[in-house]
Amino acid sequence: MTNFVILPILIPLLTGIILLFFPKKVTFQKVLSFIASVLLVIVSVMLVFQVHNNGIQTLELGGWQPPFGIVLVADMLAILLVSTTSIVSLAVLLYSFYSIDAEREKYYYYPFFQFLITGVVGAFLTGDIFNLFVFFEVMLIASYILIVHGGTKVQLRESFKYVLVNVISSALFVAGVAYLYAVAGTLNMAHLSERIGSLETQAPILTVIAVLFLIVFGLKGALFPLYFWLPASYAAPPSAIAAIFGALLTKVGIYSIFRTYSVVFVHDTGYTHQILAVLAALTMIFGVVGAVAHQDVKKILVYNVIVAVGFVLFGVSTLTEEGFMGAIFYLMHDMVIKGALFLLIGAMVVVAGTSHLKDMGGLIKHHAQLGWMFFTAVMALVGIPPLSGFIGKLLLVQGGVSAGQYWIVAAMMVSSLLVLYSMIRIFLNGFYGKIQLEHANQYGSTKGLLLPSAILIAVSAGIGLGAEMLYPFVATAAETLLHPEIYIDAVLKE
Amino acid sequence: MEILMSILAGVLFMAGTYMVLSRSFIRIIIGTSIISHGAHVLLLTMAGLKTGAPPLLGLEAGTYSDPLPQALILTAIVISFGVTSFFMVLGYRAYKETGTDDTDRLRGTDSYD
Amino acid sequence: MKSNDVILQTATKFVLFIILAFSVYMFFNGHHEPGGGFIGGLMTASALVLLLLAYDIEMVRNILPVDFKLVTAAGLLTAVGTGLGSFLFGVPFLSQTFDYFTFPVLGELELATALLFDVGVYLVVIGVTLTIIQTIGEDQ
Repeated sequence: MTNFVILPILIPLLTGIILLFFPKKVTFQKVLSFIASVLLVIVSVMLVFQVHNNGIQTLELGGWQPPFGIVLVADMLAILLVSTTSIVSLAVLLYSFYSIDAEREKYYYYPFFQFLITGVVGAFLTGDIFNLFVFFEVMLIASYILIVHGGTKVQLRESFKYVLVNVISSALFVAGVAYLYAVAGTLNMAHLSERIGSLETQAPILTVIAVLFLIVFGLKGALFPLYFWLPASYAAPPSAIAAIFGALLTKVGIYSIFRTYSVVFVHDTGYTHQILAVLAALTMIFGVVGAVAHQDVKKILVYNVIVAVGFVLFGVSTLTEEGFMGAIFYLMHDMVIKGALFLLIGAMVVVAGTSHLKDMGGLIKHHAQLGWMFFTAVMALVGIPPLSGFIGKLLLVQGGVSAGQYWIVAAMMVSSLLVLYSMIRIFLNGFYGKIQLEHANQYGSTKGLLLPSAILIAVSAGIGLGAEMLYPFVATAAETLLHPEIYIDAVLKE
Repeated sequence: MEILMSILAGVLFMAGTYMVLSRSFIRIIIGTSIISHGAHVLLLTMAGLKTGAPPLLGLEAGTYSDPLPQALILTAIVISFGVTSFFMVLGYRAYKETGTDDTDRLRGTDSYD
Repeated sequence: MKSNDVILQTATKFVLFIILAFSVYMFFNGHHEPGGGFIGGLMTASALVLLLLAYDIEMVRNILPVDFKLVTAAGLLTAVGTGLGSFLFGVPFLSQTFDYFTFPVLGELELATALLFDVGVYLVVIGVTLTIIQTIGEDQ
C-alpha cells in the first residue's frame, strides 16, 4: 500500500495524458473523465479513512529518504482538502458536459481540466516546498490554458494580465525558496519545521522570508492588497471554468499559507501572524465592499471569493485550536459552496442572457427550482445553522475571541452581513422584480445544469448536518498543525 | 564572487521590472523572462558558490558541490521556458485578436460580451 | 520577396546530421555524465528548427509526417508509465534500478530503468518545442 498516497495525483494525470491522444472523440473524453473523477472521489475518501485509522501516510518518491528526496505527505488537512477537491471537480465536470461548447471540447478542454486537478491535488499532498512550486506551476499552466480557452477577445485581454501576475509571483516564489535554502539548508517542510527552532540567531531574516512567502501565496490566494488581478480574470472565462477557479485555485494559495504559517514560520508569531490577521481583516472588508458595489452577478460572486480568503486566513492567524478547526471547516465549506454558486450563477446567465442585474428580473416565474437552489446556497454561504457555513464561522469567532482579536471578529460579523446583502440583492433583483423573460427558454435552458449544483448543495448540507461526524477528522487535522512534532515524526520517522 | 552574483541578480530584477512596467507586450514578456533569470541566479548564489567535485559515487574528493540547487534551477528553467513560450504565443494571439499590443488600451471595461 | 538562402540550405544539409548524432550521444550520456533527455531532446528539436528555418514548414512536414502534439502525449505516457511499473514490484513510485548486461558487439553495458523515463522526457521536449514553433510559424 506504499503507493496509495500518489493515486489521487496519478489518476487525473494519466487520464489527462490518455485524453491528449483523442482530441476529437468528445464522447470518449466525457466518459473517461467522468470515470476518472468518480475514481478520484472514491480513492480520496478511502485515504481519509486510512489516515484516520493509521495516522499520517507518507510516500518517499523513488525510495529516497527524506529530507533528501521528495516526500508526499497525506496528513488529515491535506487529504480532507483533496476529497473536497475531488467532489467539486466531479460536479464541475458534469456541468461542463452541458455548458462547454463543442468547439472548446475538441480543443483539449478535458485533458487540461484533468491537469488542473493534478496540480491542485499535488500541491495539497506534497511535503516539500520546491515540489509545491512545481505543482503550483502544473496547476497554473493548466489554468492559463483554461482561462484563455476559446480565445474570445475579453478572455485574451484578461488572461494576459493573469499570466503576467502569476509569472512574476512564481519568480518571487523561486527567490523565496533560494533565501530559505540559504538560511535553513533544507526544503523539506518537516525538516524545516525541526530546524527553524535552532535558528534563533537568524530570526530576523526568517521573518523576511516569511513575509516574502506571504506575498507569493497572497498573490495566488488573493489576499489584500494583492487581489487586484482576480475579479476581472475570473469573470472572463465560461462559468464551468470560473467555478473551478473560484472553488479551487485561490484555495491552494490559502492552503500554502496555512501550511507554512503553522508548521514552518512559527519563530516570531507576534509579528508575522499579526500581519496576517490585519491583512485578513482588510481582505474581508475590501472584498465585501467590492461585492456590494458591483451590479454584475459574476463580479459580485468573484468578490465574495475574496471575502472567504479573509475568513480562512484570520482563522490561521489566531494560532488556536478553535481558529484552526474553524479555518479548515470554512475552507472545505467554501470550496463546495463557491463551486455551487458559480454553477448556479452560470445557469442564471444562460437563462437570462445577460450577467447584468439591471437587465434580469422575474426569473423565478419560469425557473423556480434554480431560484430556490440559489437561495439555499446563499443561506449556506452566510452560515444559517443547518447548512455548512455555520460551524466554520462559529469556530472562527470562538478562535478569534480566545486570541483576543475582538476588532477582527467584529469586522467578520459586519462583512458576513454585507455578504448576505450582496447575495440577496441578486436574489431579489434577479429572481423577483420586473419580469424580463417572456418564455421559459428564451435565451437557453437549464437542462443538465442544475444537477451538479444540487450535488454540491447536498454535500454542503451534509457538511452542516454531519458536522458531528466530521468533527473528529477536522480535530485531528488541527492538532497536527498545532503540534508539528506529529508531522515531523511521521515524515522523518525518528 | 557571491557579492558580485547578488548584485547581478539585483540588476536582473531591476531591468526586468523596468521592462514589465512598459506598455508593449513583447517588452513585458522579455521582462518576465529576465526576472525569472534573476531568480535563478539568486538561487544559484544562495546555495553558495564553493568549488568542489561533482557529487558522484566513486569520486575521491575532499569537498563536494551541493547538487540540489542545480537540480532546482534546472527545474525552474524548464518551467520558465515553457511559460515564456506560452506567454509569447498568448501575446501574439492577443495582438492579432485585439489589434493592439498596448496594454493601456486593454483596460477592462464593465461589459462582458 | 524571395530571399536567397543557398548557403544556409547547403550548410543545413551537413550540419543537421551532425547535430542529430550529437543529440543522440548527449541523450545516452546522461546517466553519469552531463547530458540527458532534456538536453538531448532540445538539441534534436533545434536541428529540426534549423531545417524549418532553412527550408519551410512543408519540408519538415514531409520528412516527419507526425503530429507533434501526439509525440508530447506519447512522451508523457512513457515517463508516467515507467513510474507505474513500481506498482507491479511494490516499491515506491518512480523507484529506479540498474544492472550490467553483456552484448555481442558492444561489450558490457549498464542498463538503467531511468533511461526509459528519459526517453519520455526526450519525446516531450521535442514535441513541445516543435508544437510551439509550428503554432507561431503557421500563422502568417
